Amino acid sequence: MTLSVEGITKRFGNLVANDGISLELPAGTLHSILGENGAGKSTLMKILSGIVSPDSGWVILDGQPIALGSPEQALAAGIGMLHQEPLVCLPFTAAENFRLGSRRSVAASTAELVETGSRFGFRLDPAAVTRSLSIGERQQLEIVRLLAAGIKVLILDEPTSGITINQRRELFAALHRLAGEGLTVLFVSHKLEEVNELCTSVTVLRRGRVVGTSALPRREEDLVEMMFEQGSLIPTRAPATENGGVVAELIAVSSGDERTGITRADLQVNEGEVVGLAGLEGSGQGSLLRALAGTASIQRGRVTIGGRDVTHRTAQRAAEAGISFLPGGRLEEGLLPGLTITEHIELASNSARFLDWDAARLRAIEAIDAFRIKGSPDSAADQLSGGNQQRLLLALLPPKLKLLLMEHPTRGLDLDSAAYVWGRLLERRKDGTAIIFSSADIDELLTYSDRILVLFEGRIIARLAARDTDAEEVGTLIGGRVTA
Amino acid sequence: MTGSIGARIAGLVAPVIVALAATIGLLLLADAPPFEALKLIGEGAFSGKTRFADTLMAWAPVAIAGAGLVVTFAAGLWNIGVEGQIVAGAIAASLAARTVPGDRGLVLTVTLAGGVIGGALWGGAAGVLKVKGKVNEIFGGIGLGFVAQAFATYLIIGPWKRSGVASTSGTEPFRPETWLPTAFDTRLAPIAIGLALAILIGVGLVMRGTRFGLRLRAVGSNPASARLLGVPADATTMRAFLVGGGLAGLAGAVIVTGVQHKLVPAIAGGRGFLAVLVVLLAGYRVRWVGPIALFFAAISVGSSQLQLRLDLDSSLGAVIQGLLVLSAVLFGGWFAKRQGLGRQT
Repeated sequence: MTLSVEGITKRFGNLVANDGISLELPAGTLHSILGENGAGKSTLMKILSGIVSPDSGWVILDGQPIALGSPEQALAAGIGMLHQEPLVCLPFTAAENFRLGSRRSVAASTAELVETGSRFGFRLDPAAVTRSLSIGERQQLEIVRLLAAGIKVLILDEPTSGITINQRRELFAALHRLAGEGLTVLFVSHKLEEVNELCTSVTVLRRGRVVGTSALPRREEDLVEMMFEQGSLIPTRAPATENGGVVAELIAVSSGDERTGITRADLQVNEGEVVGLAGLEGSGQGSLLRALAGTASIQRGRVTIGGRDVTHRTAQRAAEAGISFLPGGRLEEGLLPGLTITEHIELASNSARFLDWDAARLRAIEAIDAFRIKGSPDSAADQLSGGNQQRLLLALLPPKLKLLLMEHPTRGLDLDSAAYVWGRLLERRKDGTAIIFSSADIDELLTYSDRILVLFEGRIIARLAARDTDAEEVGTLIGGRVTA
Repeated sequence: MTGSIGARIAGLVAPVIVALAATIGLLLLADAPPFEALKLIGEGAFSGKTRFADTLMAWAPVAIAGAGLVVTFAAGLWNIGVEGQIVAGAIAASLAARTVPGDRGLVLTVTLAGGVIGGALWGGAAGVLKVKGKVNEIFGGIGLGFVAQAFATYLIIGPWKRSGVASTSGTEPFRPETWLPTAFDTRLAPIAIGLALAILIGVGLVMRGTRFGLRLRAVGSNPASARLLGVPADATTMRAFLVGGGLAGLAGAVIVTGVQHKLVPAIAGGRGFLAVLVVLLAGYRVRWVGPIALFFAAISVGSSQLQLRLDLDSSLGAVIQGLLVLSAVLFGGWFAKRQGLGRQT
């Protein structure tokens, strides 16, 4: 069961996302696709899983060219994809999700779910409502569903963001076993360490083309060199200014819903300080950020900015007070699908009643240069890759800020982009801007924070100085175990 | 951007051909000579100054209401309440026409302005329900439409009834000073046509060249993101309803002062819903609203000839309009899918 990809090309407008990509993977291969943001990985995976149709090229499974018009056809041909956010219906039970798209009886499919799951060490409760499952468990459910559908090729897109270390171990063990049984695994990740740990070979993409293949494991430096035209730089980290005044304060604030909200949170942030929020997905980081951003209502407690009570004000008032929020859902909460880069820049920066599109275009070109956005002034926000959407969000930030709130600022960004983004962010500290951000990446938290707050079930359970702690301590605390 | 010029032309022509073919089939089923019938529709709309004038007067209210709908659609709003807003504008215009004394210039100005205010009030009500009450504008608009329609009927058979008889055929005609002046010995009122053209151009300029237009589109794309970018989303939504409702109300006032010269129960007569279809077909772009509205007005006016000359029901015109809309929407979706635009995430 060899998977071959021959000369896949896909254009979006002027952008060539995939430019004649060819691959050949024998059965049982654990193969990784690497590349920086916008290199064409996501497009290639979407083509293989039938979400996007290629302009030209073939996908051949065991000598037979297969039609990939829709995810349904791809699945029928034997290619299944595990998306970054598992595609499950949250109000359904695990068994109901498993049964979607299958014609088997309730009893038979439930039995199959349990049996297939346990074969790979997944303990899935068929009666559990999917909403109550962790991201890792939802992934396991999806994998089991795809396997039951008879797939021969499994595509995983950034599967390890948002799952625990244990779940990652279980996932990798299961993938090894599946590969041993002849399943071809295509693994997309930015984490080179994981790629080396799991995969036996790698294809590197740059600007939509294959620029190299290699056996794994290999030195991470070599892989980085293949991915980027020049080596990446981690920005140097200036120490926090010690004497800044208090920018913002939360006093016993409760906000958000029962599941992901925060309860009686206290927090003080000083000028120029960077505070990192650690915790499992949905432990209250999002609610804390939104309480400050003015996009969530506050049930109890007080919020002050610069000493003034701003507990019940709108996002617009917050923006006027010098607070900006970069939400994790870039297209859902931050950008305007269908509107161009120029229009975004114009909205964010120009307050004149009448618009001058020529001047706006020039400003857009400046921003594209300054933030290295891969796109033109006329590119719509939803046509940009995830990393470039993040860059656009950064370009939209007002020049003067008191407080910058960010959810997963570098999720989905490659190392180079992440370093670049942080370089730009840290520059702002010189003007006294305070930063609060959440991240699932402990290294990111340790590298860029002055202080790290660990959240668990909506409560702040630890406050650590970043230079006095390490990945192990933070990792343990994230799971809710407070060490004595 | 995506798609060749050829594909775009095909996208415009294909639905017309399909709708035409379906119409011919229908006419054959009705035992009518199809080409004769189509020719009669064309002649009925455009041959002779009288008919052409009637077509233009049918066009003006639809074009004006359509321009208003471009504004509400840009803000992501399905302002189905446009029909009721036309009625509200017509009621307010009738009130002014009945009560304001003085010469034609003053009365007409107040009457047309009254229509704008009436429509804006009704649009604003849908806006308040949406922004403050979280009532979807489709349901709010339909509900408010019933209220406006019932109120119009009440006025016609109640307080504003003709002397002696209460009739659903309408009020007494208003005094001639409240009629839009006509030209060329036809029913053509140049003021109505001028207003419609000015509004189409004005809305085009606002959408292209002002911060208000850009903010409308931002809110229409994603209100949550728009808020974070500093756009007052609720206020922008309200303004969209006020502008859309005001223009619908003006369309109502034009019908009262330029076509009916009195208030009748069916004063809107489906023109609001027709305007919705026109704007959908125009792809929400104001520059296409004028031509497409003219095409539809021509079919409505022209199809009355079918009854006179071929003894066919004139509602066939409405059937043709419906077929055109359906096939255009169908082809629009099909082309989008073929270009893979509909599937991108």
